[in-house]
Amino acid sequence: MKKVVILGGGVGGTIVANLLTKKLRPDEAEITLVDKTGKHVYQPGFVYVAFEHQKPGKLVRDERRLLKNRVKLVVGEAVKIDADGKKVRLADGTVLEYDRLVVALGARLTPDELPGYKEAAHHFYSLEGAVKLRQALEDFRGGKVVVTVASVPYKCPPAPSEAACQLDYYFTKKGIRDKVDIHFLSPLSRVFPLEPVNPVVEQVFAKHNIRSTIFFNVESVDPDKKTVSSIEGETVLYDLLIMVPPHRGAKVVEESGLGDRGGWLPTDKFTLRTKAHADIFALGDCTDVPVSKSGAAAHFQAKVIAESVVADLRGLQATAKYDGHVMCYCDAGYHKGISMSFDYEHPPVPPPLGLKDWMGKRFLNRVYWIMVPTGRV
Amino acid sequence: MAASTSQRIILDARGSFCPGPLMELIRGIRQAKVGEELEVWSGDQGSKKDIPFWVQKAGHQLLGVVEEQGYARFIVKKLK
Repeated sequence: MKKVVILGGGVGGTIVANLLTKKLRPDEAEITLVDKTGKHVYQPGFVYVAFEHQKPGKLVRDERRLLKNRVKLVVGEAVKIDADGKKVRLADGTVLEYDRLVVALGARLTPDELPGYKEAAHHFYSLEGAVKLRQALEDFRGGKVVVTVASVPYKCPPAPSEAACQLDYYFTKKGIRDKVDIHFLSPLSRVFPLEPVNPVVEQVFAKHNIRSTIFFNVESVDPDKKTVSSIEGETVLYDLLIMVPPHRGAKVVEESGLGDRGGWLPTDKFTLRTKAHADIFALGDCTDVPVSKSGAAAHFQAKVIAESVVADLRGLQATAKYDGHVMCYCDAGYHKGISMSFDYEHPPVPPPLGLKDWMGKRFLNRVYWIMVPTGRV
Repeated sequence: MAASTSQRIILDARGSFCPGPLMELIRGIRQAKVGEELEVWSGDQGSKKDIPFWVQKAGHQLLGVVEEQGYARFIVKKLK
């Protein structure tokens, strides 16, 4: 019996596992998914925990309930990938052998990489962080709010500009918008990562008096002086700092000597096989594939990997290719949103900002649990 | 002296609309050591303005831009 091991019970790993149960007969392969916590977390909801009092508990479910019965779930932490021996060792000493390995471990938040970050900054990139930010926003009575990112790459590139819009909406509803100066610092040449969508976001910023500075890549934070400085040589003051924390690739990837200098797993952007080992696939945030680190990318990549694993195990030529497809929604506040869909060959053509895409995002948040991890869509 | 192509860190950002070639370059520069050279490959016309501007603003050196079929190679040296 062939063995497929999947590391990570996020959106990508869960979809791969569930699709494999549909494509492979029970006598063809044993499918095992390893997850550190056994909990599946819907990360796009974090921003609503911070700004709209979404209950954190609504964003977490037992991974077991999302997996088909045939998938063996192991709750544990992978600590070593032995690519030559085709084995994975877990923290409790368990060793899992594989014929095909799928690494779907996501990105790791590493706030310690930026001195002063923990003392100075709030963020919404974890449930705990979002809950703390919610309290900080409730306590805020006025002053300067700076929104930026500590480093690149980071998950969901549009999220910081979306957060700036959410801040404007939040303080307007609270009745203190005139006492709050929102300043967005972008590491890029524009406020929004996607060039075709940038003019729309710039208009929103202008309309709602959100200031911006471009080419601001954070070099240091000074919690005592309440300043942020950039490698480009500028320094900005803040009263409340919302900064996406530094990210790295998965710890086990780094510690197994498989990652690049940032810990990202070098992966072919079409086949999604790792560049050093054809029997290891990788998807989503833990790779160096040049698409946004997002659940949508992992979702589409999972389908390609499931097809390729099946072909490999049956001794067939794997032909599935990832085309770079990503799709996402942004909520600009005031019941307005925008959606983007693009791939390696086709840049996004943004529809106008409006109610339809705002509702689309809300709808996706609600139906995610039924439609996405199961592999139905 | 410029490094040979094989010694450079290659960042293939062709087809990357989000986060885009400039963010791939910034990632690469942050991970690189001072003195190392990087090549970022981009098919995005906007890179011809963005990348040289940022490289100068951030205090690094643009060693050259090589036009290929459908994309350009931007060769950058990390100076600090």
